[in-house]
Amino acid sequence: MATRATNVRGWFDDRFHLDDLKALAKKKTVPLHRYSYWYFLGGMTLFLFGVQVMTGALLLLYYRPGADEAFESVQFIMTQVQFGWLIRSVHSWSANLLVFMAFAHLFSVLFLRSYRKPRELTWMSGVLLLILMLGFGFSGYLLPWNTLSYFATKVGTEIPAQIPVIGRPVLLFLRGGEDITGSTLTRMFGLHVAILPAIATLLIVLHVGLIQWFGMSVPPGVEAAWAKNPGERREIRFFPNFVLRELMAWYVALGLLGTLAALFPWTLGVKADPFAPAPAGIKPEWYFLFMFQTLKLIPAKIFGMDGEMLGILAFGVVGAVALLLPFLDREKPFHTRRWITGLACVFLGYMAAMTVYGWVAK
Amino acid sequence: MTVWLVAACLIVCAVLAAAQTKNSCLDCHSNLPEPLGVSVETYSQNIHAQKGLTCAACHGGDATADDPEKAMSRSAGWKGKIEHKQVPELCASCHANAELMKKYNPGLRVDQFQQYKTSVHGQRWAKGDAKVAVCTDCHGVHELRPPSDPRSKVHPTNIATTCSRCHADAEYMKPYGIKTDQFAKYQESVHHEAMTVRGDLSAPTCTTCHGNHGATPPGVANVTNVCANCHVFQAQLFATSPHKAAFAAAGFPGCVTCHRNHGIKHPGDHMIGMGEKAVCKNCHVDGDAGAQQAVTMHDELATLAAAIAASDELLTHAERQGMEVSQAKQQETQARDALLKARVTVHTFSEKELKKDTDAGLAIAKQTHAAGEQAMVEWRYRRVGLGFSVAAIALVLVGLGLYIRNLEQK
Amino acid sequence: MVVSGATAATPEPRDVPRRRFVNILLGTGLLASAASFLYPILKYLVPPKLPDLGGDAVLAAKVSELKPNTGKTFRFGSRPGLLVQTAPGEYHAMSATCTHLGCTVQYRPDLREIWCACHNGLYDLNGRNISGPPPRPLEAFDVQVRGDEIFVRRKQEA
Repeated sequence: MATRATNVRGWFDDRFHLDDLKALAKKKTVPLHRYSYWYFLGGMTLFLFGVQVMTGALLLLYYRPGADEAFESVQFIMTQVQFGWLIRSVHSWSANLLVFMAFAHLFSVLFLRSYRKPRELTWMSGVLLLILMLGFGFSGYLLPWNTLSYFATKVGTEIPAQIPVIGRPVLLFLRGGEDITGSTLTRMFGLHVAILPAIATLLIVLHVGLIQWFGMSVPPGVEAAWAKNPGERREIRFFPNFVLRELMAWYVALGLLGTLAALFPWTLGVKADPFAPAPAGIKPEWYFLFMFQTLKLIPAKIFGMDGEMLGILAFGVVGAVALLLPFLDREKPFHTRRWITGLACVFLGYMAAMTVYGWVAK
Repeated sequence: MTVWLVAACLIVCAVLAAAQTKNSCLDCHSNLPEPLGVSVETYSQNIHAQKGLTCAACHGGDATADDPEKAMSRSAGWKGKIEHKQVPELCASCHANAELMKKYNPGLRVDQFQQYKTSVHGQRWAKGDAKVAVCTDCHGVHELRPPSDPRSKVHPTNIATTCSRCHADAEYMKPYGIKTDQFAKYQESVHHEAMTVRGDLSAPTCTTCHGNHGATPPGVANVTNVCANCHVFQAQLFATSPHKAAFAAAGFPGCVTCHRNHGIKHPGDHMIGMGEKAVCKNCHVDGDAGAQQAVTMHDELATLAAAIAASDELLTHAERQGMEVSQAKQQETQARDALLKARVTVHTFSEKELKKDTDAGLAIAKQTHAAGEQAMVEWRYRRVGLGFSVAAIALVLVGLGLYIRNLEQK
Repeated sequence: MVVSGATAATPEPRDVPRRRFVNILLGTGLLASAASFLYPILKYLVPPKLPDLGGDAVLAAKVSELKPNTGKTFRFGSRPGLLVQTAPGEYHAMSATCTHLGCTVQYRPDLREIWCACHNGLYDLNGRNISGPPPRPLEAFDVQVRGDEIFVRRKQEA
């Protein structure tokens, strides 16, 4: 048996110089310090994305896009297909965990200052990936074609319509027409299973590639301490030590997903009826709640301008600031880092508070 | 420019004023107190006024004359106040004239007076009774609106109230010796509920069973025919049952015998059998053939109702536990349909016939119950599977932890 | 800089059984967990026996089984539907739930109309309520005949 394995390895090594790769892999290390645990979040986000791709592909085997078949096909998956309830519920729960993890990863990177030179592009690709994940969540939400998803999409597509100039074209693009119809479903389906995955794949390859290129960033405080005492610098091998620990984390995630799916299976709801009035208290999924609630609280007019439009523009500004953060962290004309920390804390608190508020509000 | 506009308006107004039939009576009578007063507003709502008829159409006289002497002159045909007993013939002078009515509304019937003469009201009127209802008592006088108007006293939603003005007044009805509890009873009935709560204008009111112009109680022998106009199946099945001949022989009023006439409550399974509230007890004694049938039928219905309730409880429980049972729940409506059918088949008063329907329902209820049980089996299976999976994961976590420790121990 | 990790150094004698135990533990766990993930996925891939989604296009009847001037009740999603073939051979399909109080209607060959037994309501062949208590027409459906099979589906939105 050992000979056979060596033969197979030899076969590959002849062609791909595996030993060289192995040597390279052996050299890869991860800095070890009090904040090292935060390094797991990126891999966890990637893992959950992988779960989404896998469960999504399985769902594609039975899902039928189209206003007269979508709901029924999801009902079929939930009731007739063996373990269909499990695949679908894992997909829905993992989607929520993924978005949460993406935000957690972003904020941990922000507070640990990993966006600094030379990692600006890593940060920017990451922010774009976060926006893509939100896009996945939004497009995927409509696919079961139940009352909740229909009206959440209706409200959700009306919001960007407020943006001046491009608002209406954006609405028409998202909806595939004036109203939410079967065309919207087709469009969201195309986005969710083809267009967004293609863009995401490119960005993930870029993002992970850049991380390999630059290695793991070390927070400024630790960096300074290690600069003073080089002997204190600690690294841990990626293979197998860090990987084994990451595997533990991924197994915990799998256990959590299975438990959530089995104990709290995702509901089917009622098939969407465009002619029925919107149910009272309709609200989007939790990760959009803070924006939704903010827009609800903004007064109708601010200094004569439409309040909702200003709110959306404000989100745009926040998004731009997030994207360009590495360039806003500077020494001249003044130390911006403290400001960045402060604003990030405020924003984090605001998001959490608005999410809770949006959840409990009628 | 403005001058021409004003002039044009004035000319139009003048033309309109001339075209409208002049009704000088209202000039004075709109300012008089009761009982001589009729406001312009009231009379404008009157269907006759809207068709262009003036006060003179009923009261006679000359409505074009401004001078009261000329307007209310006997030579112009002025009748003054119309006496109560004169009303039917006055109304009939137009409403029974087909040629005349065709000019206004060709679709209107012209036999109301004829029907009235066959009614109890009409017969007593002919004998000189001044207390019975005449046209205006139900339709109103000066504020008279068409029956389709919801404010009309004879709109379906108002008919019962209109009849009750006399028929619920014990003092007024004393000389006639008939009961005055019909309206009160009707207000508790399922038909009244259909009309007022569900807004179903097709629901029966007094006139549906008693007639309107020819108002007379249908008579004991004919009750079933009246109910059969809507409740077709129940009447057909009743006709095949032993009760039809028995009731006819005993002079019982068909459906009313068990269901009452005015206070028809929503029927329930409690009505059949020999239980406390059962109507069968009114004639049957414990142990006789009919009573035995009744008890069996009650049990059959109760069994089906219980089976459906049990199945529904189980399915709701499964649903709350997160299981998908929407298809089984939809199937439950079929079982409920079977129960509904059974409650109609009751009118055959044959437990054999009833059993056919209840058995069909029980078969469906059995299926839906099984679906509920299956859902709970699946519920348990999922948790067992989860347990196994979590155990395996825990094993891996412990294993990995130990493995890492081993690896890094020096 | 200190790099820690990897290399299992030469194990001490008493470590070997412990090492083996941990390896077996981990191996068993990995195998068991992999099985618990793969088993549902493999079962999922096997298509269920009933391919019918119970959706909007439903096989209502076969042409051969529905005679002229007869009606047939069929399951349409969660509600009953009525398929009628008129004497001249036209097909009409509509919801069979009476708009008055929800009873199931039926086709009356003698009246050539649709009748509700509960309170004597009548509808014409297009579903329009023409007599009795029903306040609204019955929802009409599309009929498609493919070969020997008659399919009914909801009227398509524009």
